[in-house]
Amino acid sequence: MIPAIVVFIYLAIVLYVGMFAFRKGTGSKEDFFLASRSLGPWVFLLTVFGTNMTAFAILGSSGLAYQRGIGVYGLMASSSGLIIPLTIFFIGTRLWSLGKKHGYMTQVQYFRDRWECDAIGTLIFAVTALMMIPYVVIGMMGGGHTLDSLSGGWVPYWLGGAIVAIVVMLYVFFGGMRGVAWVNALQTVLFLCFGAIAFYLISRNLGGYDKIMAEIAAHPKDSALLSRARISPQEFFSYTFIPLSAMMFPHMAIMCLTAEKVTSFKRTVVWYPICILLIWLPSVYLGIVAAHQFPGLKLGESDDVILRLLSENTDVVVAGILGAAIMACVMATDSQIMALSTMFSQDVFAHYGGAKRFGEKVQVWMGRAFVIVIAIVSYALALALEGQKSIFDLAIRFGFSGFAALAPVMLAALFWRRSNKWGALAAVLWVVFTMGLLWWLQLHSDGIAPKPGQAPVPIFTELGKLFLRTPMNVTIFGYMPVMFMCLGSAFWMILVSLVTQAPSRATIEKFFPSSKPGH
Amino acid sequence: MKTKHLLLTIWVLIVFALHQDVWNWHKTGPLLFGLIPPGLAYHLGYSVLATITMALLVRFGWPAHLEEDDVRDQAPTPHKP
Repeated sequence: MIPAIVVFIYLAIVLYVGMFAFRKGTGSKEDFFLASRSLGPWVFLLTVFGTNMTAFAILGSSGLAYQRGIGVYGLMASSSGLIIPLTIFFIGTRLWSLGKKHGYMTQVQYFRDRWECDAIGTLIFAVTALMMIPYVVIGMMGGGHTLDSLSGGWVPYWLGGAIVAIVVMLYVFFGGMRGVAWVNALQTVLFLCFGAIAFYLISRNLGGYDKIMAEIAAHPKDSALLSRARISPQEFFSYTFIPLSAMMFPHMAIMCLTAEKVTSFKRTVVWYPICILLIWLPSVYLGIVAAHQFPGLKLGESDDVILRLLSENTDVVVAGILGAAIMACVMATDSQIMALSTMFSQDVFAHYGGAKRFGEKVQVWMGRAFVIVIAIVSYALALALEGQKSIFDLAIRFGFSGFAALAPVMLAALFWRRSNKWGALAAVLWVVFTMGLLWWLQLHSDGIAPKPGQAPVPIFTELGKLFLRTPMNVTIFGYMPVMFMCLGSAFWMILVSLVTQAPSRATIEKFFPSSKPGH
Repeated sequence: MKTKHLLLTIWVLIVFALHQDVWNWHKTGPLLFGLIPPGLAYHLGYSVLATITMALLVRFGWPAHLEEDDVRDQAPTPHKP
């Protein structure tokens, strides 16, 4: 019970920060949705990093390391440490500049202008909003389960989820983007500090990591966890495409518009890989330690191994503080709710005449109303579909691939003058089609999925190794589908743009001001 | 493309390729400091290399024109009679 009380204190602090942000607000739409584009370098770094840190990064990574070993760090963390800062460097800075120059508050506003087409913007809005919803629902579910687990069942799942939903809803409703940014910065600091303390305390209680590692190395079955034996080289390579998703996530792209100056990005770009290291190294390492401490957990059961290690190896107050830190990651759902609210109010309400008709104040209140609607709907989904969590997990894994495969659309918009709306349309339809196909293949092959450590199985024996089923995924010739989705998206973007009419001269001059005729 | 940008591009491609350390695939030892398996130690070093790469990009490849655009946009509009 004590850990749950500590978490409640933390939630109260978070709420206070959100309210304080409200008092600092000016009430304008730029202020509510983008914190008046005023975030300085350090807050921006902590906020961008905190925004991208979800429950998946902490609980999911340790659960995956439990099953597949230390290779999970290279698979997900070190590749992200290179690719994500690169996308912030190349895409984030340009988005910020365009936002400042043309007043954009979402990606879709930019796409509509850049592609000279409302419909393509609406399509991208629909696809990205649909792909975002599972992240919000999973956040609610994570909040409910974490409070349930930390309180020893005293706070049941439904109540835990409701508390998280209400707290997040309140500080987003009042504080807007400034509240989200400050809370995210606080959460990142909290996690970095207390993650290190947890790592130390667990080690001390277990007699030192050197002893545990020596035992794992000597164990014939567990020693594979110290290598990459449970990850194929094809999967390892193709996974490097996943971090391309970062800048296509609406909450990340919108967060890039909140920086005060473009120089605020410098610190974020440089320090991002180290922040990833500081979070992922303990998570992956503790996943291996947990495999030795609690052997035999199946896929899905291993997602809470960090919570188990905490509750068994630290005293109750420390477990509570660390539980609060984990809640901080689970509550990354705040920036996703904020992004969905911004998208609805800008890309739908304002775009279809609401802003002109009702004015800016109503637009801000409409954004706040969306926050309530999204929080209630996602809580209801988290409650009604608790037993279907695996479907949301699957949707999130597919979501990463889908957002990554949209990256060529963004890159073409920013860097290729000749790219046009037809190319963008073809690329988006390709992404939708491949996600649908993969979803079907995944469900179709669930019955033949091998166990961890076993070889992949062909889904259609007559097609040989084209579609293989691993314990968790469908692969194509052993590679993650995201690679083919990204390459296909780029292919369609280029091909269809080249065989259709180029954008107008006015559009090219607007977005590429240095363009000269003939270029 | 300027030589500076070409060199940065080549550097980033090399760093990207270094992520695929196939030679560490099945190694389980020796443990670095008795704690860290070789494959993990390599990727910790890789994270540091990524940080250095980003510092180089920021130092030598920064899109300075975006800063100039920002300054120009913030400059007061000349008074028109």
